[in-house]
Amino acid sequence: MAPVAPRSGDAIFASVERVNSELFTLTYGAIVRQLLTDLEEVDEVNKQLDQMGYNIGVRLVDEFLAKSNVSRCVDFKETTEVIAKVGFKMFLGVTASVTNWDADGTSCSLILEDNPLVDFVELPDTCQGLYYCNIISGVIRGALEMVSMKTEVSWIRDMLRGDDVFELQVKLIKQVPEEYPYKDDE
Amino acid sequence: MIGVGKIKQYTNVLVKPLNKGKQEVSLSAFSFLFSELVQYNQTQVDNITELERRLEDAGYAVGARVLELLCHREKMAMLPHVLKDAVADSLEKGTEHEDEYMISEKELLVNRFISIPKDKGTFNCGAFVAGIVRGVLDSAGFPAVVSAHFVPVEGQQRPRTTILIKFAEEVIFKKCIVGVSFFSSNILRNLPVILSFV
Repeated sequence: MAPVAPRSGDAIFASVERVNSELFTLTYGAIVRQLLTDLEEVDEVNKQLDQMGYNIGVRLVDEFLAKSNVSRCVDFKETTEVIAKVGFKMFLGVTASVTNWDADGTSCSLILEDNPLVDFVELPDTCQGLYYCNIISGVIRGALEMVSMKTEVSWIRDMLRGDDVFELQVKLIKQVPEEYPYKDDE
Repeated sequence: MIGVGKIKQYTNVLVKPLNKGKQEVSLSAFSFLFSELVQYNQTQVDNITELERRLEDAGYAVGARVLELLCHREKMAMLPHVLKDAVADSLEKGTEHEDEYMISEKELLVNRFISIPKDKGTFNCGAFVAGIVRGVLDSAGFPAVVSAHFVPVEGQQRPRTTILIKFAEEVIFKKCIVGVSFFSSNILRNLPVILSFV
C-alpha cells in the first residue's frame, strides 16, 4: 500500500533550513517596489508578479515532491489539502484551510489568515489595483501545471484591501494526461 | 439600503503590533524569491555593473527598513537571540586604510544556490547584501560605499565573499572629533549580527 500522505508540514518545516521571515518580507517588498518603478502600470506589475510566481512554482514542485514524501493524490480535493497543509507550511511556515467547494469538486478556496509576505505592508492609494501577493497564485499555478493540472488561481479576498482574510480561488481547468517521451515499442 | 456594499475595515499598518516574535520561512522560499529578483533585474540591464547596482539598490531599501525595525524594537543587543542564524565569520578593520572595514562570509546566504556563468565575470550577488549594509549604515548617519567581492580561498572550490565597507570622509572626521563614536562602533559591532539576518 502506498504510504499515506502526510497531513501536516510541521515536521518537514522543522527539518529544512530556515531564514528570518522579515528578511523574506522586506526582500519581497523590494521586488514589488522595483516592479512598480519599472513598469509603472499596476496591471503590468500584477502580471509580472504572477509570472515570477509561475517560474518559482515550476521549480519549487520538484523540491516539494522530493522532501515531502507525498504520494500521488487521488483527486483534486486531496491535492488542495496537501497544498494548504503541507506546501504552505513547508515553504512559508503557515497553513491554509480549504473551503467553498463547488458541486463538482473542481473549484475551491484556500484561506490564509497568516501571510508572511504582507507584514509591514499597506497599499497606498495609487496602488489600489495591486494584487500584492500575486506571486503566490503564480506559484500554485506553476507547481500544479508541472503535475499535469491546468488551473486558474485568483484572489477573492485580500487583507490589504480591507478583507478579513486572504482567499485564493483555485479552479481546475483540466487534467492533462501524462505524455511519455518514449514509445512502448522502442 | 439596497446597494450599500459592506464597509471594509482597513487596519492601519501603524497600529498593528510590530513584533510577532521570531518567525521564519524556509531558506528555499527565500532563495527562490531572490533568484527571481536576480533574473528579473537581468532583463532590465545590459551589463553586470548595472545589474550589481540594481541589486544593491534593492538591498539598500531592505537595509534602511531593517535598521528602522531594529531601532523600534531597541533590541540591538538581543538580536543574537532573535536570529539564531550563524553570525558572519568576522568583521575586520582594513589594514591599509583607516576608513575601511571588511566582513567576510564563507558562504553568503544569497550566494548559496547561485553559480555565476563564465561570461558574467566578477558579478557577485552579494551586491544585494552590500546594499543592505549600505542601507543600514546610511540610515544610521554613516554614509559609506559598500561592495561585495569574491576572494578565492586556498584549497576550496568556492571563493568566499567579502563585503568591503569604505566610510565617507566625514564619518572619519566625526570620529576624530568625538573619539570613537559610540554609535558608530555599536552599529559596527552589530553589523555581523545584522548580516546574519541575511
